This record gives sequence, structure tokens and C-alpha cells, in this order.
Amino acid sequence: MLELVVLGPVVAAALLAVVPVTDRAARWVWLAVTLADLALLAALALAYRTPPAGGLAFERQATWIPSAGVGYHVGVDGLSLPLLLLTGVVFAACAVHALREQRRPRAQAALFLFLQTACLGVFVAQDLVLFFVFFDLTIVGMWFSIAGWGHGDHRRSALQFFLYTFLGSLVLLAGFIGVYVAADPHTFDIPTLVAADPLGDHPVGGAVVLGLVLLGLAIKTPLVPVHTWLPPAHTDAPAIGSAVLAAVMLKLGTYGFVRVAMPVLPDAWRAWAWVVVALGVVSVLYGGLVALAQTDVKRLVAYTSVTHMGYVAVGLGAAGLIDRGDPVLRQVATTGAVTQMVSHGLLAGAMFLLAGALHDRRGSYALADYGGLARPAPRFAALFGVAAFGSLGLPGFSGFVAEFQVLSGSIGTTAWAAAAVPGILLTAVLLVRATGSLLTGPTRGRAVGFTDLRPHEAVPVAGLLALSVLVGVLPGPLLAWVTPATESLVALVGG
Amino acid sequence: MYADLVPEACLLGGAVACLLGGSFLPRTRQWVARVVAVAALLGSLVSAVVTAVVAGAAGPTTFDGSYALDGGTTAARVLAAAITLVVVALGTAELAGDRRESETYCLLLLAALGVVVLAGASDLLVLVVGFLLASIPVYGLVGLGRTRPGTEAAVRTYLLGALAGILLMLGVTLLTALAGGSTYRELAERLPGAPLAAVGVGVLLVLVGLLFEAGAVPLHPWVPDAVQGTRTAVAAFLTTVPKVGALLALSRLVETVPAAVPVRPVVGGLAAASLVLGTFAAFGQHDLRRLLGWSTVSQVGFLLVPVAAAGRSPLAVGSLVLYLAGYAVTTLALFAVLAALPQQRTLTDVRGSARAHPWLTAVVLLGLLGTAGTPPTAVFLGKLTTFTAAWEAGLAWLVVVAVAATVASLFYLLRWGAAVLPWSAPSGPGAAAEPADPEPADPEPADPGPAGRWAASTAVLCAAGVLVLGVGGDVVLSGTAALVR
Repeated sequence: MLELVVLGPVVAAALLAVVPVTDRAARWVWLAVTLADLALLAALALAYRTPPAGGLAFERQATWIPSAGVGYHVGVDGLSLPLLLLTGVVFAACAVHALREQRRPRAQAALFLFLQTACLGVFVAQDLVLFFVFFDLTIVGMWFSIAGWGHGDHRRSALQFFLYTFLGSLVLLAGFIGVYVAADPHTFDIPTLVAADPLGDHPVGGAVVLGLVLLGLAIKTPLVPVHTWLPPAHTDAPAIGSAVLAAVMLKLGTYGFVRVAMPVLPDAWRAWAWVVVALGVVSVLYGGLVALAQTDVKRLVAYTSVTHMGYVAVGLGAAGLIDRGDPVLRQVATTGAVTQMVSHGLLAGAMFLLAGALHDRRGSYALADYGGLARPAPRFAALFGVAAFGSLGLPGFSGFVAEFQVLSGSIGTTAWAAAAVPGILLTAVLLVRATGSLLTGPTRGRAVGFTDLRPHEAVPVAGLLALSVLVGVLPGPLLAWVTPATESLVALVGG
Repeated sequence: MYADLVPEACLLGGAVACLLGGSFLPRTRQWVARVVAVAALLGSLVSAVVTAVVAGAAGPTTFDGSYALDGGTTAARVLAAAITLVVVALGTAELAGDRRESETYCLLLLAALGVVVLAGASDLLVLVVGFLLASIPVYGLVGLGRTRPGTEAAVRTYLLGALAGILLMLGVTLLTALAGGSTYRELAERLPGAPLAAVGVGVLLVLVGLLFEAGAVPLHPWVPDAVQGTRTAVAAFLTTVPKVGALLALSRLVETVPAAVPVRPVVGGLAAASLVLGTFAAFGQHDLRRLLGWSTVSQVGFLLVPVAAAGRSPLAVGSLVLYLAGYAVTTLALFAVLAALPQQRTLTDVRGSARAHPWLTAVVLLGLLGTAGTPPTAVFLGKLTTFTAAWEAGLAWLVVVAVAATVASLFYLLRWGAAVLPWSAPSGPGAAAEPADPEPADPEPADPGPAGRWAASTAVLCAAGVLVLGVGGDVVLSGTAALVR
């Protein structure tokens, strides 16, 4: 079942790459495969029963390279299930959005199906090497997407993206090797490593290895100061590439924290917890301040992503401060961080799909080029307004649930986390300002004669926003998956 | 005893048959020599496997301890024969009907034989024989194309090779004198009692001599010239096969040297030097063959990583063989594409070639990403296991250098990778920045021609091998470990 979910898209991608179907057929095949995959994921979610602490649902294990301690091991728990669903939703939204794609649609469909497998694979992998294999393949897929379908100075951005994130992934691999060498017997299997706590007795070795893992994951997340690849990659990527990059691929970094860094190296995580909190706070504030100065919609949204991912780091860092506050607060912060991953995926995906509409019509993302879009494009205006208000954390949206939990949990743990609160204000100011300048006032500049969103553009955005509202209004089912997993995670880090 | 050497005898017999037969064959029937060469290689390959399977009866060494019969030798026999077979296949178009066709096969077989002897040698004198047998045919192979750059490269290769040979023999003399014997068993027993400085000098001289064969810093300058100047098939041969012998011989040597001699840091330092120099030198290259030549210099750096860890990590030899196999199949895939499209010589020529040659371009992309070590390719598995071995052996700093070099290597690999994509046409946006090209590379006929089909099929097969080895590399790892001393 899990194999079908993960490998189904790549099989379809291989067929699309080989069989010369028409462009129209390729687009519809792509959509059909993503919808089928989403249906399978939904079935998986319905069949999911919370496993006992530290256990996995739909688990499967096989030998792969026993002489190097590498195995095939997949499974799902409360941390990965929401992100699997998010991946399925975002890729289906992209397939809908690309129904009118004119540039090499068959190749793009194959590429995104391949990318979908890589992203899903990271979330089910329970072996460090398997995790890394999928993690690295996402980079290759995104490079093709930016280099092949981007605009502006996209070749340079694609190369920069590849070099920067590949460096991150190799540093991560070095950290994994460190864990492997420290474990006795040597293994890359994550549950075995969690049980063995390989570097528990080696504070210095643990700190170095976690430093490598943290750097690798922080580049992917991205946290300030290793975020500089993100804005150019987003600006020059195609709309759906940006959406996948922001909604799914940034989560791979923070997912790595909860899947690998915290449970496998709990002692080192406690030692590094203050650094993680500090990096998170700096990301929140710096991202917000820099976003304030942006004149380009995509760069602006990219920097708000840095802010939003900063909250995740604050929440997860607070989970490691065991000498302060009680475990319940740390668990609330961790749950908030996981919820924030889902929430940011939905909202950032919607924002980037909307920003893509600007470039598709007028070839510009500059805020100054547009004004009064509400009159010629009411659908665009309505969806953009909703997405912006959702992103700034208005109650009723998923962002509120997530940020409220992160901040209440982490401020309860350490008052220093309160330094991240102004980030909400900054985000609010800049998003309201951008929304105002884009949508209101007299229609001017490139907004004159702006065609409103067509159904294939509006439907995916509306769907993502509807899910965000659903999570915001009824967070119960999501939290029912996440909470048991974060409880055992917090207990591992030091109850 | 003699039955142990059937794989080597097959190569020798094939070489002699090619040389003698070639003298009597008319120009139009030189293909007979090719059949003989292929038969000899297949015979060597099959007998190597059979010998390994029934090796239980034979001892770990033969001929009074001068020749090892273990996982390393088996790996060298299999790899050398298999790679040479691929080289013959990808060079079909280039070599068929050539005036020196049968001589080329003879030299290929002799060089492969030398490489196997080099890898199996557990006696310094056998090592010298292997070195000479592996290097002298290479001078001839480089020069046989009889082009100006080829001749120049042959002279440079010869001069460096002669220097390396002298250093090697000097080191062998010194070590033999110090130990009072030349087998590795005697060295391991008696060298710890000998003066440390003298042993160190001897080991260093042998090491440097072998680095010529591996194409590593500081004896690397012949590699880019030879790869650029000679024929594609020969270039594919001399960037892959000699490394098999040289690196396995090096790892044997590192394990034999007494613990007091700091040979591992030296090998690690040389690995780092190859990594850095090869990577940075490849940055500025415009000629694809030269770029690949420098890239192989940096790849030797990765191959030296497990050599530095030899004897300190159970993974060392297995990971070295795995990396050798993965590196060879990846490099051969790229050379096979170059052989199939001989008109593509520079980065400008390949722009947008995906439209004319979609399959070969897919192979190029896979080969380039595979060289960088993107999973799930063979080199990724090689890097994973070699880095692990190095870390286990206490060489974490070398892992850091190797990681940095991997990232830097992407810069030139992706320059090639981005150029072949269908949308990077000479007429596309950004063409203004390019120098005016009087003769655009495309449109070309999509069919590489009847002779080029051999090279194209080889390329596709090698690309499949890159993935198969990347997923199923355990066979190599556990196979080598099971047969290892």
C-alpha cells in the first residue's frame, strides 16, 4: 500500500517519459495520477490507527545493503502522515494549475510526478540512507524544474539552488555517517538508532554530529543565515515549482529535525536547544524585516516563508529546554511546530500559485507595477486577500492554531521566545500593505486589462485555502494524529 | 599453482594471438582480431569468476606468496576484463578498419593483464613487472592515433611514466634491501625492525610510482592531455582500467607497511590534493574530453579515501571495489556518448543536443549526476561506503574535504548538464553572450549511423549499469568481503 502510494507517481513518470502521448493527454494523465495518489493517501489516513509510542503504522522492512548497515524500512506515524497528505494535496493542486501549461507539458508532468515520489519517499523513510536518497532526488527534480521552466535569470538561480542545497544534503550525509559509525552495531536504521541512543555518552561527538545534521537541515528549512538561496530560487522558478518548493520541500528540513535530529541525538539536541531557539527567533525577525523591504511579490512571500519556518524552529528548540517549564508546554510547542509545517504548506502553496498568475499575465512580480487589481480581477483579489490574511495568522485559519501553540508553548518554557512575537506584527504589516497596494486604489499600471483567474488557476488555490480554514476551524483530527507522536518525541528528548 | 592463473593466461594468449594474427590478416578482415580479443576477455572474465567460486582449495597466495588470490585480485580480474570489453564495444566505430586495429587490441589486452598483475602482486618484484606491463602498452595506445596532440600526449605520458617507474624501482630496491626479501609477508615481518626513516622513504617512492598509474596528484599531468589527444575508446580505457590495478596495489601496500610509518595521513593528503586540484582545474575547461580528464583526477581523490582507510575499517576494501566499479561504469557511459557523437567536442557543440539525441542526452545527464554521486547511482553508494570507511578509520577531516570537493564538482558537471538540455539552444535567450557560432551544431541527423550504434547501445547499457549497481551494490560489497583475506 505504502509502496503504491510512493512509487506510483514515478512509474507513471517513466511511462510519460517514454510513451509519446499528446500534450493534452499528458496533462490529464498527470492530474489523474495525482488524484489517484491523493485518494490512496486519504484511504491510508482513514485506515491509520495511532501506533504505540515509538511504533509505526504500515511498517515494512527488507534487507537492502546489509554489509553497509543499510536497509529498506518504511512506515508512517503521526509526524509523517499529515505531511504525506499535504504532499498529495499540493501536487494535485499543481497538476490542476498546469492544465493549460504550454511549455513541454509532457516533460513537466513526468518531472513533477518524479518529484512527488521523491517528496513522499522522504516522509515514509525509516532508514537514514533511504531518507537521504529521496532527500537528494528532490533537489535534482527541483533543479530541472527551475532550469527548464523558470524565467528571468533562472539558469543561475537553478545552479545556485543546486549547489547550496546539495552542500546542505552532503553535510547532512556526513552527519548520518557520524551517527552510523558511533552506533554499535553499525546501522542506518532510524528506530534502531533511536533505541540505541548512539552518542548519548559522547557529549562532544554528539555535538559535532548534531552540528552537521543541523547545518544540513537548516539550509533546507531555511534558517537565517543560510537562507540566501531561497529568494532567487523562488523568484525565477515557475509558479508550480515555487509552490512545491515552499509547500513541501522546505518541510523536508524541519521534518528531518523531528524524524532524525531530535530522537536519534536527544542529548545533543538538549545541548543545542538554545541555538535552535535563537536561530528560530532570528529567522522570524530577520525574515519579517527583510520582507518589509521587498518590492517583488515572490521575494516578499519567500521571506515570509523564512519567518514562518522560524516559528517551527522556535517550537522544536523549546522542546529541548528540559530544565525549564513542564513537559506539557514543550509538547504544545512541538505540536504547534508540526502543525505550522502543514499550515505553511497550504498557505504558501496558495500564495505562490497566485503570484504565478501575475507573471503569467504580465511578466512581472513588481508590487509597483500593479494597483487596484480588485476591479478587473475580483476572483484573484478575493483569493489573494484570504491567503494573505491566513498567512498573517488570523484566527480561523491553520496559521493561527499553529503559531498560537508554538508561542504559548515556547514562551511558557522560556521567556526569551517572546522575542519572536513581534514577527507576527511584522508579517501582518507587510502582508496588509502588499495586499492594499496590489488590490485597492485606482486600477493602474499592468493591472489595467488584467484577466481574472480562470477555473484551473482558481480551483487549486481555493482548495488549499479551504483546507487551511478546515484545519483552523476543526484542528481536532490533525491534532489527534500529531499529539501522540509529539508526546513520545518530547519524552525521548527528555521528559 | 599454474591453474590459478587461467584468467591472466587468457589475456596473454589473446594478446599474442591478436599480434601474430594481425600481421597476417588483410586490412578488410581485421575484425577477426576483434573477435579474438573479445573471446580472450570473455574467457578471462568467466575463468576469474569460476576461480573465485572454487577458490576454497587454493591458498590466499600462490607462487610462494608472491601473488595474492583474494577478493581484491578477483575484483581486479573481473573489472579489468569487463571494462576492456566495454571499451572494445564503444570503440567499434572508431577502431573498425583502422590501420592499427589488431595492434590496438593487443595493447589493450596487455595493459589489462598488467593491471591485473599489479592488483594481485604481493611481492615487490611482481609489482614492478605489473607496473611496466600496465604502463608501457599505454604509451603505445595514446600514440597510435597518430595525431599531433596524440603524439604530444604520448611523449608526456612516456616521460612521466619513465620517471614514475624509476621512483618505483628505487623504492622497491630500498624496501627489499631493508627487509631482506621482497614478498609482502617478509615486509610485514621485518620492516618494523628496520630504520623508520629509510622505510618511510622507500614506501613513499613506491607510493608515488603507483600514483602515476592511478593518475593522481602529483603524477597526474599526463591524464588530461592523453584523454583529450587520443581516441575516445583509448581515453575511456586509460581513465578506468589502470586505476583498478593501481588503487588495489596501493591498498595492499598501505596494509603491509608497519604501523609506525605514517602512510595513511600521506595517502589522505594526496587524496585531498587530487580532489582539490582535479576539481578546480575542471572548472575552466571547454573541451569535453579535457573536462572529463580533469574530472577523473578528482575522482582518483575519492578512490584514495578508502585506500587511506585500508586495514582500519572492515568496509575499506569492499567500498574501494564498489567505488571502482561505480566510477568505471559511470565514466564509460560518458565516454560511450562521446564515442557515439564524435562531432561533439566542446561545451558549445552540445548545446541543446537533447532535441536531436534524447536518449544519449539522458545518459549524459545520468552520467554527470552519477559522477557527482546523486542517489540512487553507483557512485553514491561508493561515496557513502568510502566516507563511512574513512570516518571509521579516524579520517573524518578527509570526509569533510571530500564533501566539499563533491559540491564543487557539481559546478562543472552541471555546466555540461545544463548545456545539453533541450531549451539551451544556441539561438535561445542568452545567445548574445555566446561567441558567434558560424556553424550551429544542430540540426544533426538523429541517427548516429550504423557504426555509432554500437557506442550508443553501450552508453545506454552503461547507464542501466549505473542504476543497477547503485541499487544492488550489496553484491559487490558482500562478495568482496566474503573473498577478502
